[in-house]
Amino acid sequence: MRAPLSTLEVVRPRNLEHALALLHESQDGERLVPLAGGTDLYVSLNAGVVPGKRFLDLSGLRELRGVRRRDGGLALGALTTFSEIREHPGVRRRYPALAAAAAEIGAWQIQNRATLGGNIANASPAGDSLPVLLAFEAVVRARSVRGPRDVPFTGLFRGYRDLALESDELITAVSLPPLGRALHFFRKVGTRRAQSISKVVFCGLLSLGRDGRVDLVRIALGSVAPVTLRARRAEQVLLGARPSAAAAAAARAALLEDIAPIDDIRSDRDYRLLVSGNVLEQFLRTAAPRFVTR
Amino acid sequence: MSPAVTLSFTVNGRRRRVRVPPMKRLLDVLREDCGLTGTKEGCGEGECGACTVLVNGLAVNSCLVPAVQAGGARILTVEGLARRSRLSVLQRTFIEGGGTQCGICTPGILVTAYALLRRTRGRVPREDEVRAALAGNLCRCTGYQKIVDAVRVAARRTGTRRPGGTRGRSRGKKGARR
Repeated sequence: MRAPLSTLEVVRPRNLEHALALLHESQDGERLVPLAGGTDLYVSLNAGVVPGKRFLDLSGLRELRGVRRRDGGLALGALTTFSEIREHPGVRRRYPALAAAAAEIGAWQIQNRATLGGNIANASPAGDSLPVLLAFEAVVRARSVRGPRDVPFTGLFRGYRDLALESDELITAVSLPPLGRALHFFRKVGTRRAQSISKVVFCGLLSLGRDGRVDLVRIALGSVAPVTLRARRAEQVLLGARPSAAAAAAARAALLEDIAPIDDIRSDRDYRLLVSGNVLEQFLRTAAPRFVTR
Repeated sequence: MSPAVTLSFTVNGRRRRVRVPPMKRLLDVLREDCGLTGTKEGCGEGECGACTVLVNGLAVNSCLVPAVQAGGARILTVEGLARRSRLSVLQRTFIEGGGTQCGICTPGILVTAYALLRRTRGRVPREDEVRAALAGNLCRCTGYQKIVDAVRVAARRTGTRRPGGTRGRSRGKKGARR
């Protein structure tokens, strides 16, 4: 049943400093729940789950908007929407896997509202941008009344929906490091192409050195474990290997050791294991045809 | 005590002022406080797109938007497409081409299609573009083909004019060349 919305309060901060102070002060009493695009929050509310009674509306904070160049890469403000990401020329050119993910998160109506910071903060193991950010080795910039700090994406997820962030910290931006010329691959598998929550979501980066061996490979998956994860065993098998059917088969076997999918309402373990392996092979043959089996 | 905020915004070009709880859904503000019941609730979880409206030109699910974030916004609902009793070209091509059946999804689809035609003004969007744009709008009657066709016929008829405009030629099949 839908939660009664008429009793919920909203606080609208003047600026980021004000927001951080309000969030910090609220820790001793009725905690403020940060609110950005609301696309996850309202699904919960409309289903009767109320994560709090007081909300901190971040939508007016200009400090959290915009895409900038930073350290040879890009810094995306936490309030950057997936529509903005999908259409941003710099993202499309240099981080095509993220542009691809942004285009498959919900549909237009969701992409126009949902934010990158919100996708991270919601910390769903099925969050579609998360494997991409993990493969990019992105850095989350968080801020509290104590100041800013950088949290590498690699250490961000401690457990199921458990972020390595303090409850009075806000995500302010996400930094994408330069990635060179690796091939970007993104694949989301759901019940249908649009709108569905992922059964398996996959991001891969791969490049070959002059000697024809894999000199960079990163593989990250969502919806196949309690957290979004890097497939380190599969990466290890591939790094330094020459593309071959044998290498692809070894990587596939290693991948099954990396992931730990479960049966749930969206899919089951066996399907996810099979599809993860299939998507890995699709990634490899997209990156280098010699990975093709046969 | 229920909190309430006073909000001003425009809906279909008309200024509105409402006093509502800040987390009330924009969908309910439009239907209950503005009396605009053209916008429908389907799933209530951002899946079906029946409640689609434009906020500052962008298609959103109004069931997922808190009222407080609509303050100062320009909102367009399905009621804003027609001029008095004169339907827009898009609405007419939906009727002529069988793009609407039971009608519950139609307001949201018209609004999303309107946003698409504004983006592609001056050319006819490809079929896959229409399908991608409407991916967040579910229809359980039509099977979608007639909706997609109606959107493309409307684009052909309006040319470079405002896609929601009411003055497009009504010349039936002749104008519907692929």
